[in-house]
Amino acid sequence: MSVTRPVAVPGRVPLGTRVAKRLTGGALYIIVLVVGVIWLIPTLGLFISSFRKASDITGSGWWTVFTHPAQLTFKDYTDIFSNKGIIQSLWNTVLITVPATALVVFLGALAAYAFAWIDFRGRDWLFVVVVGLMVVPIQVALLPVASLYGKLHIFGTILGVVMFHVGFGLPFAIYLLRNFFAAIPRELLEATRMEGGSEWTIFRKVIVPLGLPAIASLAIFQFLWVWNDLLVALVFSNAKTQPLTVALQSNMRQFGSNIDILAPGAFLSLSVPLIVFFAFQRYFVQGLMAGSVKG
Amino acid sequence: MDDSLSETPAAGEDPAAGPPAASEDLAAGPAPAAVPAPVPAPIPVPASGLPAGPHPLAGHGGPSPLRIPVHVRAGFLIPAALILLAIIIYPAVDSVWLSLHNHDGSKWVGLSNYKTLFTDQATLKALKNNVIWVVCAPTIACALGLMFALLSEKIRWSTAFKAIIFMPMAISFLAAGVIFELVYQQDPHQGVANAVAVGVHDTFAPSSKYPGAHPRPDHAKPASGGSFTSVDTYTAGSIANVPLVGIQAAKLPGKAAQAAAPAAAPAADQIEGTVWLDIIYGGGGKPNQLDPGKKGMPGISVKAIDTATGKSAGSASAHNDGTFTIKGLKPGVKYALEIPGSNFAEPYRGIQWLGPSLVTPAIIASYLWIWAGFAMVLIAAGLASIPRELQEAARVDGANERQIFWRITVPLLAPVLLVVLVTQIINVLKVFDLVYVIAPGSTLPDANVLAVHMWSVSFGGAQDQGLGSAIGVFLYVLVLPAMYFNIRRLRNEKKEGR
Repeated sequence: MSVTRPVAVPGRVPLGTRVAKRLTGGALYIIVLVVGVIWLIPTLGLFISSFRKASDITGSGWWTVFTHPAQLTFKDYTDIFSNKGIIQSLWNTVLITVPATALVVFLGALAAYAFAWIDFRGRDWLFVVVVGLMVVPIQVALLPVASLYGKLHIFGTILGVVMFHVGFGLPFAIYLLRNFFAAIPRELLEATRMEGGSEWTIFRKVIVPLGLPAIASLAIFQFLWVWNDLLVALVFSNAKTQPLTVALQSNMRQFGSNIDILAPGAFLSLSVPLIVFFAFQRYFVQGLMAGSVKG
Repeated sequence: MDDSLSETPAAGEDPAAGPPAASEDLAAGPAPAAVPAPVPAPIPVPASGLPAGPHPLAGHGGPSPLRIPVHVRAGFLIPAALILLAIIIYPAVDSVWLSLHNHDGSKWVGLSNYKTLFTDQATLKALKNNVIWVVCAPTIACALGLMFALLSEKIRWSTAFKAIIFMPMAISFLAAGVIFELVYQQDPHQGVANAVAVGVHDTFAPSSKYPGAHPRPDHAKPASGGSFTSVDTYTAGSIANVPLVGIQAAKLPGKAAQAAAPAAAPAADQIEGTVWLDIIYGGGGKPNQLDPGKKGMPGISVKAIDTATGKSAGSASAHNDGTFTIKGLKPGVKYALEIPGSNFAEPYRGIQWLGPSLVTPAIIASYLWIWAGFAMVLIAAGLASIPRELQEAARVDGANERQIFWRITVPLLAPVLLVVLVTQIINVLKVFDLVYVIAPGSTLPDANVLAVHMWSVSFGGAQDQGLGSAIGVFLYVLVLPAMYFNIRRLRNEKKEGR
């Protein structure tokens, strides 16, 4: 008879606990679902609004498209693509972002290589300075650089905006890349040296290819940083050289009447970072994580 | 889609140990050019305080110097050094100098700009708001990040969940500003926040159907709370007419029918009557008469008030034709009719999110929307690095889940939480875009923070270089502890590594 007695199978959870777990599991999914929806709704609202006429946006909620899908239209987008000012500012964003990213990556990689593999007096001390510079708030440099640019006649130019971004991008770039470059096996560098390669050759043929993952993270981080910037461009650009963020910002004060520019413009502005995010998620996350030290 | 968000390092592998793992991969790579593509990039920061894996410099004795001519060394360093000097170092020093001068830099004023910083009302308000930001935003971001990280450990599609929470990190503050300006629109038919607020409010306290309606002044006098009390008094068994005006006939509910007199005479303990809209759309009819075309106002509640005691003796609500019957009254007592103010209350319009009192919390909420994902990813990496055996051992020893969480998980996470907090504090001290973009002009002074104030003082009209520089320098001083924190962490990493 003892055979028929239910034997507690090791590892088998009592029924009560299982039910409780199932219940808390259900609650868990509901919480996750609610949080996810809360996080999605704001962006969804902008996205849908960008496909509605201004009169519809100010007249009824974007959620009414679910019951009245007829109001969806591409008009805002066709309007914004024929708006010379907005298109110019989008182009300016590209003209600022690409060189500012390329320069930071290139100059940062050069300096990081020096910090990792070239001995010079005060190297460690200088690296500490670089780490310290990472958190300097840009507010402390705005006024002096503005007057410096005035003297150099580059105030209001794209060059000025780019150089400011390069300056404030470099400390983090050097910090990130130096840590990665330092992990490259020494033998690889020495082998190239044996073959008579110059430092420049080592940099090009060994450091850059092996450091590519870190360089990618840095490039993405810097790209987004500059693409999304408002403050620097607000100070150093003018009406002709302003990027998309500044152009849109100037429409913010009359939010209601400019919503037909703001909604598609903002979506245009965030679509590029979103594409980068989904295409390079790994590097993106790593770049941002590493960038958490940056101020 | 790449799956790095779902990536959990193998047991015992430090999430921050990108470099060591990478260096192994790199060493194994046959040729320098053939780098295995998915080599994780280093994450030098996040979990560095955790029981760290070997430092990148460990393993091959560190980068011992190669002998290199001076001009070559200079070639690598000088471009970066020159730019750093011109854009950060010299300006930082110059700012200190400017902050000791007047608005256009022509006169030495000593510390007076710093005195202004702590006495001027507008600046003080900005300072106060910065304190609110620093106290609230980093801690809440940390708490949300911890919560989401724990949640995502327990669910199946955590990758999608993490991607959704993290996505706002990619978006510019300006775009986030536009997004939240839409969310916070005052009109509940535009702003989703108020649409929800009104929806919730009306579920528990339905709004009235007749905002603005009222009796003619010669019929009733206004009482407290928007109520009206009739001038005439009635005894049980009589009929009371309650003509109302003040709203458009088109606003009446569809079920409102032609107003009619009560069908039967009232019983001895009842007052009967009609509530109707005493207007005909397009004109016509006589005041106080139940003319054809005038409609009843269904749902209006009418109370009988005992004029001797002032207490309510009964109430009724009007039918579609406006008739009502108040029952259970005593004969001989004089009653006044009261129409409670709830009949005429303005509908709930939602919360003034961007008004003076809520503008800062509202903007902080948008900040959290952006940065919770950042905290979540860092903390999730930290969680994944906690050895399971510790929790298992505690469980075997009879610890409950809560004890395990507070005594094992949280202490082991402390270094990561500290990194998140410090990062967020630096961020929050310098917050500019969100406040500048979201706060409407009318409440910008209420939402002001130091970084925005610095901009308005220096570039936004006042053109006061002295005060602007003083605010910049002050912000710089505030982040100095964070700078020390970073440098010390770097030192520790080096010590552990070598």
